[in-house]
Amino acid sequence: MTMLGDRQRLAYIASQAADARLNVELETEGMTLNIGPQHPATHGTLRIICRLDGEQVVWAEPSAGYMHRGYEKLTEVRTFPQVTSLVNRIDWLGSFANEVPFILAAEKLMDIEAPPRAQHIRTILFELSRIANVSLFLGDLGVQLGAITPVFMAFRDREYVLNLIESATGGRFHPNFDRIGGLKDDLPKGWIEETRSVMRKLRTFCDEIDDLLFGNEIFQSRTRGIGVIPKDVALQYGLSGPNLRASGVDYDLRRDQKIAMAWDKVDFKVWTHPDGDSFARCWVRLQETREATLIVEKLLDTLPAGPVMAKVPRIIKVPEGEAWVSTENPLGEMGYYVVSKGDLGPFRVKIRSASFNNISIVPWLLRGVYVPDVITILASLYFILGDIDR
Amino acid sequence: MSQLSSTDTPLAALPGDALRERAVDQLRAELGDALIDTLVKPGDDVWVRVRADAWREAGTALRDVVGLDYFCFLSAIDWMPSPFGRGEDDPTQPQAERDMTIRQGYTGGETRFQLFARACSTTLHFGVTIKADIGDDMTMPTWIPCYTGANWHEREAHEMFGINFAGHPDLRNMYLPSGFEGHPMRKDFPLLARMVKPWPGIVDVEPLPGEPADSSDADGGES
Repeated sequence: MTMLGDRQRLAYIASQAADARLNVELETEGMTLNIGPQHPATHGTLRIICRLDGEQVVWAEPSAGYMHRGYEKLTEVRTFPQVTSLVNRIDWLGSFANEVPFILAAEKLMDIEAPPRAQHIRTILFELSRIANVSLFLGDLGVQLGAITPVFMAFRDREYVLNLIESATGGRFHPNFDRIGGLKDDLPKGWIEETRSVMRKLRTFCDEIDDLLFGNEIFQSRTRGIGVIPKDVALQYGLSGPNLRASGVDYDLRRDQKIAMAWDKVDFKVWTHPDGDSFARCWVRLQETREATLIVEKLLDTLPAGPVMAKVPRIIKVPEGEAWVSTENPLGEMGYYVVSKGDLGPFRVKIRSASFNNISIVPWLLRGVYVPDVITILASLYFILGDIDR
Repeated sequence: MSQLSSTDTPLAALPGDALRERAVDQLRAELGDALIDTLVKPGDDVWVRVRADAWREAGTALRDVVGLDYFCFLSAIDWMPSPFGRGEDDPTQPQAERDMTIRQGYTGGETRFQLFARACSTTLHFGVTIKADIGDDMTMPTWIPCYTGANWHEREAHEMFGINFAGHPDLRNMYLPSGFEGHPMRKDFPLLARMVKPWPGIVDVEPLPGEPADSSDADGGES
């Protein structure tokens, strides 16, 4: 614990003692507060039911499911190539990243591998969707704390990344670009140079956010020491991605598993933070965005030549078997357990989305925090409704 | 983590398959004949199937003995083939005859429903997929004492497959309205959107203007 942490803890204990005294004097009764389903802090339609004692939450329960679309059931009536257009919409801010693990699972069952160039471009687009996703988080974070400027900067700079994704894939939000055996198309002319300049812009954006937001005293006092998740609790709940790394667990599926993608071709740093509080979660995401821009540049440097599509039959039948593939998506571990019966479509697809596990910790995490902190904690956990409800 | 440092080679340096074999051996030593079947696919993954009554012990063994600290997911599979196929039947015709034999996947099985879950190790970088047959009473022990994160996953499996989890504190519906009847992820639950309106790929066989009537593509919309 740093000096700042000690001081804050003392202040916290003192304020709690003062509150308790006040509550005894006033004999306040508990009240129930509904946050959402329509609340800016819930990024969609997550409803949090909080039972309050004064300003403190004594019990909280997230109520998800307002956006359940039944993708697991829908995949059973689709063919394998059709599924990518569904799973695109799970985490809609980083949608290309959702397609990749499913396609990799289908390729694993078919025992084919995309050509090196396709793997490289996949990884580049994957990291671009991470940047698009997380840069919006960095801007949105300010709004939760009353700062309006960062969100405009985030939307402005995310647009550059979306333009890149659009010019390569044809879709801003839902690229549907990944195919079993490779990619639909090669990169357009001039895209690589354009990407380099955008990556420089995005690093400037990260520096600005670092100065404006992370260096801000209000931001620090609202996030440091708030919503602390210890390492073992994070692992027990299956938290993944930056939320897990902010609790000091050095686990990143980009580095820690053998997968047919190009992350092993480049050297990059996996950022962790020992504190596990709201600030750590935000900080890890900021560093990851910066790291992702560097990964994209390094991948562009080593982009191999060759085809972007392996030889696959025109009508894709996936042999009988089961496969599990997960990748380190912007929100955390996103995986598909695909069961095939040798048919045109999957027999069963279990979608393991990151936000579902990340949000299941909320009842534990919100116990005893103050109402304004509920908002910052939710913002720092960073979930996307489609990723919870699927 | 003392049991992890008992061997001479550092575990993290072992190849993934050796770790997976080791996990199977540890589970066999821990569970005995409750471990029914195992499958290690080289360079891929490991599957184990345990008896339903050993589900909780298997979870504890995975966490404490094998050292899988990170809970990944828990869900179920309905192995019965769907009586509705892929929902591409013509609703005006009588229902097509389908092969309804239940064939389980890796590590086999005896029942229509199977529970399966996955836990991983954040230090050794491998995971284990574990399965168990669910008997006719559709009740399984909860995994919350081993992995707290199983709570929501079990709620989801409860409403989607109708599996009860003994010892689960709160099996309320998560996605469906509270009065909903049926379990949507069961294969015999029809996907109504497909039932009331045929899939566009089927109706789109009428010829385009200027084309001869019999030139429609045999693959429909699947290419």
